[in-house]
Amino acid sequence: MYDEPQILLAGDKSLVIELGNEITPELNRLVHGIASAIENADIEGLIDLIPTYRSVLINYEPSRIPLSELQSRILDIYTNLDEIDTDKTTLVHLPVLYGGDYGPDLEFVSRHTGLSRSEVIDLHSCSVYLIYMMGFSPGFAYLGGLNELLKTPRLENPRLKIPVGSVGIADMQTGVYPMESPGGWQLIGRTPVKLFDPMRNTPILLNSGNYIKFEPIGSESEYKTIASSVAKSQYEPKSELVK
Amino acid sequence: MSTEAISVIEPGLFTTVQDAGRYGYQKFGMPVAGAMDPFAFKAANRLLGNNDNGACLEVTVGGPKLAFLKETQIAITGANLQPRLNKHRLNLWESYIVARGDELDFLGAENGVRAYISVFGGIDVPLVMGSRSTYTKAGIGGFQGRELRSGDVIYSYGEPGAATVRPMCIEPENIPIYGSPQIIRVILGPQHTSFESHGIETFLTSEYSVSLDSDRMGYRLEGPPVNHIDGPDLISDGNACGSIQIPGNGQPIILLSDRGTSGGYTKIATVITSDLGKVAQTMPGDVLIFETVDIAAAVDSLQECENRLATTWKESPKSVLLKVDGEKVEIRPEYAISVDPYLHSTRSDSNKTYIASVKVLEEEFTFNITDLDFD
Repeated sequence: MYDEPQILLAGDKSLVIELGNEITPELNRLVHGIASAIENADIEGLIDLIPTYRSVLINYEPSRIPLSELQSRILDIYTNLDEIDTDKTTLVHLPVLYGGDYGPDLEFVSRHTGLSRSEVIDLHSCSVYLIYMMGFSPGFAYLGGLNELLKTPRLENPRLKIPVGSVGIADMQTGVYPMESPGGWQLIGRTPVKLFDPMRNTPILLNSGNYIKFEPIGSESEYKTIASSVAKSQYEPKSELVK
Repeated sequence: MSTEAISVIEPGLFTTVQDAGRYGYQKFGMPVAGAMDPFAFKAANRLLGNNDNGACLEVTVGGPKLAFLKETQIAITGANLQPRLNKHRLNLWESYIVARGDELDFLGAENGVRAYISVFGGIDVPLVMGSRSTYTKAGIGGFQGRELRSGDVIYSYGEPGAATVRPMCIEPENIPIYGSPQIIRVILGPQHTSFESHGIETFLTSEYSVSLDSDRMGYRLEGPPVNHIDGPDLISDGNACGSIQIPGNGQPIILLSDRGTSGGYTKIATVITSDLGKVAQTMPGDVLIFETVDIAAAVDSLQECENRLATTWKESPKSVLLKVDGEKVEIRPEYAISVDPYLHSTRSDSNKTYIASVKVLEEEFTFNITDLDFD
């Protein structure tokens, strides 16, 4: 974490406030604290924000707010950011069916890590993962908190088509594919919950700064029951406010 | 109210519906998409009196063949792909009235890459996350989330014949010149300090050619490598439109409309907003030369673009004499804001009742016209 935030220019319509140069939950919490303070400050000419691991990119309309004014507003917000409200963090529970056709690489992860399949599932589903940032594709969450015992390299030959909702491991990362796409992650399971649905009121389910926890689904029939209520827009994943 | 406007006979190479872009969801990883040449896009709408964010067709190199399904008004801006209406050449940066059954086609790229076709009232496709822009990678927005295909029918706002603005044009001296080499103005940063001073000098003094691997997501360039001090990687941070990232091979990539929201390569500079269109209109093989400017110059240049968007009447307008309740009234062109159908139209029908709207001393009057005199 830097002693003073750095303001960096990213063209004539964007600037970056950079708060540090490492990946830690503490720094990331500060990022989300300042991002929401900027959003709530009702700044004229603000277009949108991209919070990341360690910085916030701010898009603005220079004809409505000059750079110098925006810069001083942002630094002002930073200075007055005394305590970040940590009570407001949301934990989302995502049901996942592990193994079988839904997680074709569970076997490989088990062999690679020397753990049994049920140990892999237990270790993966007992952690609480911090959503450091969203990016890569709409609704994709960069998660932190994978148990080191589960570390597994990517596939040597990436798949051309990975089904929506696939849960994978790549090295020290784990994540969920929000759209069908090519990719090289080891797939250990799949969630029936749609992380990305452009026509839904909340098009993207997850938000950076929140936490997620994977909940193992007992059977394929249970997966299908959830999937069909998701299709009818009758399913809300369980979520709670946590410290 | 929207009605059928365009039938796609041939889709062209890559034709999509675009507006100014999908803002507000970048924090969820949603790319902005939107028109690649913001100036040409805005001009296309201004020429028809549309909202600045009216959805247009973005046409890439090979133009489509379209048939109009209602009487409306269109304008084509951006690249000169040699448009024709019923086989007669059209000018760019001008608006035209088209009749039901008219056909628009293109002879091929003469200059530039991307043309914008605007339709009076704007194209009606569903708003997805606040925008009509197509983002083909996720299959969302625009026309069914994809590029146009033969047989598609596109709707536009406004009743047939509701386009009532006189044909307009952008003054020739305000039309951008596309071509090669192109000087592209940039603002250094956010990570220019991660480069050797020699690397920055290389970047600013060399010629870079546009590679074949260039699309709506980004333009990959080829030229003398730009060297980092300590490697190309950083902890992923946000991408702005026009960000120029330098991966390990030292070859710049300019991130454009369909860019990802974040990335892990150092970014040496950002193209200023008013030069984004110049980049978007270059072809593989064209040459770019980068030049630094400061924020003040970039903001001035944006304002200058706005000034260049002023439209003027295509033909010198004439006064119109008409009878209102038996009284002869002259409508001077500076007052006529809308006349339905077209007061200037040679297709006028003496049996129709015309409605005129005029503005006098900031007050609007609308009345029926019973007799038209085109002298």
